[in-house]
Amino acid sequence: MADIPEDILRRSAEARAKAEGRPVDEVLAEMTGKAPPTPVPAESAPVEAAPAPAAAPVGSAPAQPPMASGNGGIDVAALSVETGVPEGILLRATRARAKYDGLADPTIAAPAGGGTAVATAPPPTTTATAPVPVIPEGVRTQRLLTVVKAGAIQQVKREPTDKVNVWPHLLAIEFVALLVMSVILIAISIFIDAPLLEFANFNEQPNPSKAPWYFLGLQELLAYFDPMVAGVLIPTFGMVALMVIPYVDRNPSVRPSDRKLAIMIFTFFVVAAAILTIFGSFFRGPGFNFVFPWSDGIFFDDLLTILD
Amino acid sequence: MAEGNGNGLTGLLSDLSEQFRSSQVWTSIFRPGSPFRGGYSDSPRNRSYVVMNNVLYHLHPVKVKRHGVRLSYTLCLGGLSFFLFVVLTITGIFLMFYYRPTSPQAYFDIQALATDVAFGQFVRNMHRWGAHLMVLTVFLHMARVFYHGAYKPPREFNWVVGIILLLLTLLLSFSGYLLPWDQLALWAFTVGSTMGSYAPVFGDQVTFALIGGVQISADTLLRWYVLHVLFLPFIIVLFMAVHFWRVRKDGGVSGPL
Repeated sequence: MADIPEDILRRSAEARAKAEGRPVDEVLAEMTGKAPPTPVPAESAPVEAAPAPAAAPVGSAPAQPPMASGNGGIDVAALSVETGVPEGILLRATRARAKYDGLADPTIAAPAGGGTAVATAPPPTTTATAPVPVIPEGVRTQRLLTVVKAGAIQQVKREPTDKVNVWPHLLAIEFVALLVMSVILIAISIFIDAPLLEFANFNEQPNPSKAPWYFLGLQELLAYFDPMVAGVLIPTFGMVALMVIPYVDRNPSVRPSDRKLAIMIFTFFVVAAAILTIFGSFFRGPGFNFVFPWSDGIFFDDLLTILD
Repeated sequence: MAEGNGNGLTGLLSDLSEQFRSSQVWTSIFRPGSPFRGGYSDSPRNRSYVVMNNVLYHLHPVKVKRHGVRLSYTLCLGGLSFFLFVVLTITGIFLMFYYRPTSPQAYFDIQALATDVAFGQFVRNMHRWGAHLMVLTVFLHMARVFYHGAYKPPREFNWVVGIILLLLTLLLSFSGYLLPWDQLALWAFTVGSTMGSYAPVFGDQVTFALIGGVQISADTLLRWYVLHVLFLPFIIVLFMAVHFWRVRKDGGVSGPL
């Protein structure tokens, strides 16, 4: 009891004082053990009144302890051993039940050297009960059951994962990656100039005229399909297909060995797009006809300026 | 040599720097835990503060799984895409000072970059090659995410946002293609925009909207200039914000912690 925080004790005392119509200080003193308990309700009976395990011979029906007979005494200690419920809780439960039923406190009534049979005990009548404290109308009484430290009941066990601090481990890597990318970009920019051909001339279409490289796969498709299919339907379908991947692929596993089909399909389309792009870039010459880049030359203005 | 003990010049300098980094102005800029602050010491608590008290906390949690840190896991492709976007924004703003989206000035302005503007050609090169690299890194980032199955619940929607970002990246690159107003730009753009005219039912209307008229002209240039420097960057920044936010909310680069 010594561990109960002051404010909780105080609140508890106030609640009890209100319920029993007594001054708060008196109850508080009683709860903290500074004053002898008032002999009013059965509840205030000292715990020591519980019969010692050896001295209590009474054995009521264990299945329904307090209800069994309304007998004069219940062997709480024995019951505790039998049911595994802590003695203090059993004691309290028994008293509460008795109080609710309007019976005398069975734990006190049990005489130390009592009779051998339960049935012999005279059934107490309601008139024999201790006076129940008057609770004002509309007041809900509360009892402080117990204070349990959080650690004892909340056993939050997390799987231990091997984690590292973002600083410095991740940020350092990212910083180096950023520097490497900067160096690559700066080096390219120093040595290779961006292309700039002649002034735009609407009357002179270069042959072949090609789209930016990332659209050359589509332009290559134009050589095989109707423009509406290659230029509109296929790219639209491709984008929608990419977007619905997570909703179509219901396989929860992320292990490559479990995802052979998904990986196969995706890889197929990536490789197809790469082949089409390379084909459109290097193997298409004047009139977008097929050429071999090693014999006929490269017809790819973006790249030509790089090679110059 | 003295090591910051107040002896010698280095000691004096280090004391001064320590004093400066503990000043009110400096400490008002760098929040507690920043390694730039005076008196920073390497401790687990401070390592957490570096991220937590930093704008970086929007991008990274305090801790990540060890395997997520391995370079070979992500290859930093998403981060590099974002970095390239920042580089492209900076170089693009630089180029905007010297560029007029009108017919013939656009071409001459680009020419002048090589001759009249300090580092003009270099910045233009960075902008162009950076754009190509960004298309590449965004695409590789998508492939990496697919092969890791990183689009699976709860990250389905972020994959969708990522596809939109890929599309916007392609559009940004393509919209910049026309701006030099040379033969390469004009005819590459012609090939690209002609595809739009094949759209079913609304082909003519789409073409009209794309080139700002019935045929490509200086109006087309202005239209794609605005798309390139304002409209598309604005849209892509919105989607990037959602993308990064979802990465954090859905559990970071290496799955939920």
